[in-house]
Amino acid sequence: MANTATMNNASAQEFYLTEEHHVENGTMLGFWLYLMSDCLIFACLFAMYGVLGANYAAGPSPKDLFDLELVALNTSMLLLSSITYGFAMLEMARKRKTATLMWLAITGCFGLAFLGIELYEFHHLIHEGAGPQRSAFLSAFFTLVGTHGLHVTFGCIWLVTLMVQLHKNGFTTVMRRRLNCLSLFWHFLDVVWIGVFTFVYLLGVLR
Amino acid sequence: MLFRFLRGMLLLSLAVFLAGCKSVVLSPSGDIAQQQGNLVIVSTVLMLLIIVPVMILTAWFAWRYRASNTEATYDPDWHHSTSVELGIWAAPLLIVIALGAVTWITTHTLDPFRPLARISATQTLAKDVKPLQVQVVALDWKWLFIYPDYGIATVNELAAPIDTPINFQITSSTVMNSFYIPALAGQIYAMPAMETKLHAVINKIGNYEGFSANYSGAGFSGMKFRFHGMSKEEFEAWIQKNKDAGNKLDRPTYQALEKPSEREAVRRYAQIDPKLYDAILNLCVDPNKMCQRDMMAIDAKGGLGLAGVYNVGRLAYDRPRARGHGESEAERAYVLSLCTIDRSANPTSLSLTAQPLSAAVIR
Amino acid sequence: MHETTSNLQQLLLGRLGWEAIPLHEPILLMTFAMVAVVGLAVVAWITKIGKWNYLWTEWFTSIDHKKIGIMYIVLALVMLMRGFADALMMRLQQAMAFGDAVGYLPPHHYDQIFTAHGVIMIFFVAMPLVVGLMNIVVPLQIGARDVAFPFLNNFSFWMTVSGAVLVMMSLFVGEFARTGWLAYPPLSGIAYSPDVGVDYYIWSLQLAGIGTLLSGINFMVTIIKMRAPGMTLMKMPVFTWTALCTNVLIVAAFPVLTAVLGLLSLDRYAGTNFFTNDFGGNAMMYVNLIWIWGHPEVYILILPLFGVFSEVVAAFSGKKLFGYASMVYATIVITILAYLVWLHHFFTMGSGASVNSFFGITTMIISIPTGAKMFNWLFTMYRGRIKFEVPMLWTMGFMFTFAIGGMTGVLLAVPPADFVLHNSLFLIAHFHNVIIGGVLFGGFAAINFWFPKAIGFKLDAFWGKVSFWFWISGFWFAFTPLYILGLMGVTRRLSHFDDPSLQIWFIIAAFGAVLILFGILAMLVQIFVSIRNREALRDHTGDPWGGRTLEWSTSSPPPPYNFAFTPRVHDLDAWSDMKKRGYVRPTKGFIAIHMPKNTAAGMVLAGLATVFGFAMIWQIWWLVITSFVVTVGAAIVHTFNNDRDYYIPAEEVARIEDARTQQLAGQA
Repeated sequence: MANTATMNNASAQEFYLTEEHHVENGTMLGFWLYLMSDCLIFACLFAMYGVLGANYAAGPSPKDLFDLELVALNTSMLLLSSITYGFAMLEMARKRKTATLMWLAITGCFGLAFLGIELYEFHHLIHEGAGPQRSAFLSAFFTLVGTHGLHVTFGCIWLVTLMVQLHKNGFTTVMRRRLNCLSLFWHFLDVVWIGVFTFVYLLGVLR
Repeated sequence: MLFRFLRGMLLLSLAVFLAGCKSVVLSPSGDIAQQQGNLVIVSTVLMLLIIVPVMILTAWFAWRYRASNTEATYDPDWHHSTSVELGIWAAPLLIVIALGAVTWITTHTLDPFRPLARISATQTLAKDVKPLQVQVVALDWKWLFIYPDYGIATVNELAAPIDTPINFQITSSTVMNSFYIPALAGQIYAMPAMETKLHAVINKIGNYEGFSANYSGAGFSGMKFRFHGMSKEEFEAWIQKNKDAGNKLDRPTYQALEKPSEREAVRRYAQIDPKLYDAILNLCVDPNKMCQRDMMAIDAKGGLGLAGVYNVGRLAYDRPRARGHGESEAERAYVLSLCTIDRSANPTSLSLTAQPLSAAVIR
Repeated sequence: MHETTSNLQQLLLGRLGWEAIPLHEPILLMTFAMVAVVGLAVVAWITKIGKWNYLWTEWFTSIDHKKIGIMYIVLALVMLMRGFADALMMRLQQAMAFGDAVGYLPPHHYDQIFTAHGVIMIFFVAMPLVVGLMNIVVPLQIGARDVAFPFLNNFSFWMTVSGAVLVMMSLFVGEFARTGWLAYPPLSGIAYSPDVGVDYYIWSLQLAGIGTLLSGINFMVTIIKMRAPGMTLMKMPVFTWTALCTNVLIVAAFPVLTAVLGLLSLDRYAGTNFFTNDFGGNAMMYVNLIWIWGHPEVYILILPLFGVFSEVVAAFSGKKLFGYASMVYATIVITILAYLVWLHHFFTMGSGASVNSFFGITTMIISIPTGAKMFNWLFTMYRGRIKFEVPMLWTMGFMFTFAIGGMTGVLLAVPPADFVLHNSLFLIAHFHNVIIGGVLFGGFAAINFWFPKAIGFKLDAFWGKVSFWFWISGFWFAFTPLYILGLMGVTRRLSHFDDPSLQIWFIIAAFGAVLILFGILAMLVQIFVSIRNREALRDHTGDPWGGRTLEWSTSSPPPPYNFAFTPRVHDLDAWSDMKKRGYVRPTKGFIAIHMPKNTAAGMVLAGLATVFGFAMIWQIWWLVITSFVVTVGAAIVHTFNNDRDYYIPAEEVARIEDARTQQLAGQA
């Protein structure tokens, strides 16, 4: 310290702010961290699938079970829903409430269509006798895909909640932040699904 | 000087300690355990090289720089010194390098899966020596030992001639256990449908304790056995004693034996079903169950397709093995075996092109 | 007719029935009676002094990080009593049950006790202690008004309580797991543990785990985003650094626990085959995954206490911490390496020699930064003026005890040495050596150190010292015999022994446990005596120890807003710097302060989650569905509440600060 003497006489304001300290909102960072922790859950489920995915217990294998056309349709539903969510966010940037709500509703419909197809697939598999109890492969498959499906279900519930709130409150800061969080969540599920589609379905059938 | 003093202290305390409480880990009777015990001591001494000075320094600094000692230097802003910091990172680093080298070498030489390289520190391994084969099965809550070369089996009693390599193959019938004879060698887990191996040798005649070292349920505390290190003649006599017992360990006997029981007395079997251990390991003592080995072979070829969905049955015999409250317990499902051909005669004969299976076989 | 009744009962109560109440077990009945009497006495006392409203508005629904922190520590101390009672029972059983004597605990009961002891001590004593300390200290040290998500903080606390409630409930309704604290399958699978014990285990950990994960996210954001201006990362107090690393570990480890327990529950509830023997399951995956969480968990517990020791050594040596930068880098190295060592918990599973040596050597490498930390504390003492107040005593106790624990830990990291010591009482002695010697001693140092800050008066030093000496002597009496027994080849979790020559060691260990009991009692006396003498012990200055970091710059206890004006930081030891450079406390120009509002939502949601967990355990499906739907509904309703914050008016701030000015003047 070159100037200790002057420092000692430094004004009191040297040590504190006289106005309220503006702290940047941490919600987006917190939400990212949550998504990363969720990502770890999926990582565990992928690891389980990686280890157990070939243990058919003398039962059916992916080749016998998966209908790639159906899954492709399913995938397109989820990808389209991500695009329409993007449109909703664009409309939000233009502050057009009705258009935002409309695109969110379309997103929700695609999400529900995805869930519907997935439930049909599950029902079909269980009906064939290839339920989650039949082999470790099927346990890992149902759990991985089902966990993703559960996330989409919660995403849909959340979407409806936010639509109601948006309708009620309009574009407040809080609403924008919430819609941004759901946007992250929705695209995150999309990314996870691409992993599921590639590693579980495509590689499963091609292997 | 300090080092010599410390070493003296350590040896003295170890001597007192060993005399006082017969530490089987530090002074065992088998060569592998002996090397492992020595490793414990070597590692400890290596680490004491740094721990002891740290402790002395701690005590000394605490005393020297106590608040009431105003004669000691007080330097409140002294918080950095590159040389000291280099030292405090380098000292543990050097110890870890030494210990790491020891670890790498001993982990490989004392790997339980690795056949023995010597009989003891003084005895080499003869080239033509035939190791004693023992198959170990952890049951609820007792130990089954099968001697395939002698065609005998025992429960809760194990014996081996001294200075002869022993090759253990270890598995479990239901849950995880750990096979441990402290006097002989370090432990290794016994796990269902998996096989671990242990290579060891006993160098002194004696009666030693063996037990499960991994908690496995209510009867765990009593899951003990005796291990006898014998002379060659005694061992031959012991084999004969088992042969005179007259019982045969076949699949039905095993299924009865397998049911949970505690603190079992020693049992001896003069004859064994030679394929029993393999069946235990593959979870197919009940011939209706598909062996794990076959299942894995089928899976490697892509499973049995949708037809395989129905190849599942529920086995009532297994109910008492599950540790439920009895009748309310649901029967557990199993994958059924496909056919009853003699797999050992022709293990690759499982023809997967034989699909589709007829309904009669499936159900 | 009978069938209909039982079907109805099944529908309404699931597996729950009268037989779940252990009326035939006198020990449990006694315990229940005691808990009930003490509980009722507390309830009656609170009612008598009319404090329910106060508790509700000022504590249960509070989102103030200081109060939540105190509640966490109260929870930790209460659960310590339970966990320690389990420990005493085990010590007594092992000292008795030799040869023909079977002791007083049958395996059915004993096996629950050692499982519960481990689960409670880790999840409901050590974790709340650590999270509670971070709650009280971190926002103060970084000059923030609260944590980033105050409501979430309250919710996290109540979720931890939910887990603890379920564990306690298992004492009197049904039973706890008999599997060991990590519940390895296949033993913990439905085939070998069909009763509710493992389900209690799963759901209490799942609920508490959610709370911990949310705390982890909360504190990471708090530390990253809310530091006072000027506090760069390398000017952050060491405790905050260790807290940051711990929370990184929490966020990156607890999801694995959630996932693996989720898979185990699917095996148990839905009949899947992840960890079963048949149908291609693989129990080794469970062991791997649970330790991928479990080993970082060890560092989650110890790192913040390393921070505590750093603060305490610097404060009581009257010196700057030696080697701050190397301390920080050591912490970061430990954080990263924590993920590369998990396999050392099961060398005996039969991995290849190269795999085993890799994990053995990475484990040893962790001892390098840990050793560097040890030396840093040592050289902080060098040329200091060491005051042996109670926190410093605990720190000294830690330095001697932990060094031995660390050494035996490295020893166990040598795979062939582990083969002879794994699962033995040597291992038990080792991890108690680091957890008691590190986490608990650190927790007690921290409680004695920050008690005046959190509550407003110091703890009585005499009883603190009594407690310390009982604890440390008790610790060595209790665990030295266990080291010796381990070297004699005695394994863990045994409820009966054959060899009578071992008994003397167990008797010595039991004696040690009794000494620790006196240590705990002395601590209770210490708290009681301190409350009685609180006026004499009151801390008027806000800086009773000559502290170095920002928490000592405000009053004890701090006002709800912590700092009237957000501090501006120039140096590592911000408060030392301010004191040295003639900081004058502002006495005017106060402004209104924006604060979050209290809410009951956290408690309500956690209460509903407890009901959900209970219903899952007993398979009361209608209640499962109802409580789940209501929980989700309540969470949604909470998001519609926009009335979440308020302003403390400038006059109110001025009134509080003026009172403080007078208090300080009275002191001078």
